[in-house]
Amino acid sequence: MISRRALFGVGVGGLGLSACDRIAASPRLESIVGRGQGLTLHAQRLLLSAQPLAREFRAADISPVFKPNGSMRPDTDAYQALLADNFASWRLAVDGLVRAPTSFSLADLKALPARTQITRHDCVEGWSAIGGWTGVPLSVVLGRVGLMPEARFVVFHCADNLGRGPGGLYYESIDLFDAFHPQTILAYGMNGGALPVAHGAPLRLRVERQLGYKQAKYVMRLEVTDRLDGIGGGKGGFWEDRGYEWYAGI
Amino acid sequence: MTVLAASGSPAAPPPRISIYRHGLVVRLTHWINVLAISLLLMSGLNIFNAHPRLYWGAAGADFDPAWLEMKASGDRGLLRIGALSLDTTGVLGLSQASDGSWNQQGFPDAVTFPGHRDLATARRWHFFLAWVFVINGAIYYLSGLITGHLRRDIAPARRELAPGALWTSVVDHLKLRHPVGEAARRYNVLQKLAYLAVIVILLPLMVLTGLTMSPGVDAAVPWLVSLFGGRQSARAIHFITANLIVLFVIVHLVEVVLAGVWNEIRSMITGRYVVPAEKHR
Repeated sequence: MISRRALFGVGVGGLGLSACDRIAASPRLESIVGRGQGLTLHAQRLLLSAQPLAREFRAADISPVFKPNGSMRPDTDAYQALLADNFASWRLAVDGLVRAPTSFSLADLKALPARTQITRHDCVEGWSAIGGWTGVPLSVVLGRVGLMPEARFVVFHCADNLGRGPGGLYYESIDLFDAFHPQTILAYGMNGGALPVAHGAPLRLRVERQLGYKQAKYVMRLEVTDRLDGIGGGKGGFWEDRGYEWYAGI
Repeated sequence: MTVLAASGSPAAPPPRISIYRHGLVVRLTHWINVLAISLLLMSGLNIFNAHPRLYWGAAGADFDPAWLEMKASGDRGLLRIGALSLDTTGVLGLSQASDGSWNQQGFPDAVTFPGHRDLATARRWHFFLAWVFVINGAIYYLSGLITGHLRRDIAPARRELAPGALWTSVVDHLKLRHPVGEAARRYNVLQKLAYLAVIVILLPLMVLTGLTMSPGVDAAVPWLVSLFGGRQSARAIHFITANLIVLFVIVHLVEVVLAGVWNEIRSMITGRYVVPAEKHR
């Protein structure tokens, strides 16, 4: 039961500037508030248990300019070298809890079954853009390498150093629920052409039904794992390590 | 009613009639709502500041035309709605932080939660409070249906909706004349309609438009976001509805002050309400 005093204390305090920040930074409140995330994840997983598709749009709905966000052009020497030869020497490594660790060239991926989808991209900031994506379903790639029984997550290691400095490489992760969704693809094409550098060339993740920061660009390596706490900052992604929720379906 | 004062002798003080006005569930859910909505609003403004532009339709970003935007232009803060541009320096578009520095952002730090740009924290609180708000609201609805509170106290009777009765209530409000005696035991018709609009339209609309900003919910319930005309329309309606709720709260607080601040607040805390006596003329 909330005491009347506590009720008014917080309510009135909420109007004061410093009080606001004190409330937001309180570790005890933070742990209570953080539980909302688990509730949201479980509620959405229940709603999505039949694995419905995200809405697909018509070509006429495609945004005239799809706003690129995050890294626009990775400036590492390694990426610049790959870009210089048009990704001919680029390879996607797939390893971790897989039966047959494999690396794929862009041509290898393009030879696999492809899926094209025109979907709405929702940035955590609030804006949306509609774009068409062509790529290989992640389920196909995972099927090729074979998962070990302990596999739970797929981690996407990227080429862009968004954090500028050690530990600043972008990465993301999803669990197998989303990894095997038909619209979860590794895209190498956008709006009928090749995937532009600003949008993650040569390969980016599309995990529809989640926000923009999950759509890792410049993907270099897939790591299949059973836990996220040993990777990067331990929270499952670049932005997750900086306070954002791992589950970005909301 | 006998008018004692007319005789010239001092009128005996009218008997103090006190009634039990608000049930426990109504009072409890009211104050939880005060807390939840305040922080939902303030964290919502922080989230809005991450992209202070609104669009109609499914999509919209920097390169698409926005019907509302807040921005800084040189040393001025601007609010633009359609073709109308307002100088809102110091409040919207450009405002001062607590340390005196100038920030180019939609709403000022003074009204956001947390009190500085922090999208991750604002989102975490917003979604947690949304759960609190929805569960609290469900308890209120359920209890209101079971106890008959919604039907008895909130839903206007047919005779109250007659044009004459409505007009009388409008005039009473304009003259700041508050019901006394028997009439003060019930909500007046405009009050009922205002509460009804908030309970049945604004608050549910807030939840539904909020839900459709979730790509997960949109995949699960695609018709809902279509009903609002697309995700960016839903975001715009979410914003407009929040403004209407703020408008309601302002009117609500003004009425509390006009009707007798202590009596009104006490009735929402202890349930006990002193019926204002009929005035002697």
